Amino acid sequence: MITLLYFARLREALGTGREELLLPSGINTLGALRAHLEQRGDAWAKEMAAGRNLRAAVNQSVATPDTPIKDGDEVAFFPPVTGG
Amino acid sequence: MSVRIHEQDFDVSAEMAAMRRGNPKIGAIASFVGVVRDINEGDSVATMTLEHYPGMTEKAISEIIDQACGRWEVLDALVIHRVGTLKPTDQIVLVIVASTHRGDAFAACEFIMDFLKTRAPFWKKEITPQGARWVDARVADDQAAERWKT
Repeated sequence: MITLLYFARLREALGTGREELLLPSGINTLGALRAHLEQRGDAWAKEMAAGRNLRAAVNQSVATPDTPIKDGDEVAFFPPVTGG
Repeated sequence: MSVRIHEQDFDVSAEMAAMRRGNPKIGAIASFVGVVRDINEGDSVATMTLEHYPGMTEKAISEIIDQACGRWEVLDALVIHRVGTLKPTDQIVLVIVASTHRGDAFAACEFIMDFLKTRAPFWKKEITPQGARWVDARVADDQAAERWKT
């Protein structure tokens, strides 16, 4: 299982802030995981689409599409940050 | 070096005094306080709610402080960032940097703030007369962080 977290505008659009997911076989990078989530359709298709400006982290470190994902990881997706 | 994220307000004077007392080598302390404005993008802001990513936010800010320590002489640094619902005139963020001399304190303080704006996972949602809206990231903030690369 991996833990998926969604923040801010993305959390509201998807209607969830957290889920546990059994990592499907063959999904072993952040980019592949995002494409997998996009396949859920509706809000997921819209929010996870390649053109959307999303940031991500794996185990609380900034990640890129080729960052490896493995069982037990915490993966977060979020919009560009606006603190300070 | 210390990073604190919480809802309650902070006392700048007390935090600076505490830092100063801790180290007689300190000759300069620079600080920055971010404050909630009542106007953003032309609309009046009634309240603002700040969300963060517990764990990663603290880690990201600690890494920014570490980078500052690698570039300048930093004797001590503190970042406090508030979360939850804030209103205009409220303090949002505090950065304090202590060094031997002012040049390093000023530069490190500005560096930490510029990178906090673009790297630390916080998100602002404003309540305006037109309703609630998530604040968009600003290009000017990315540019401010970029200039430190040269």
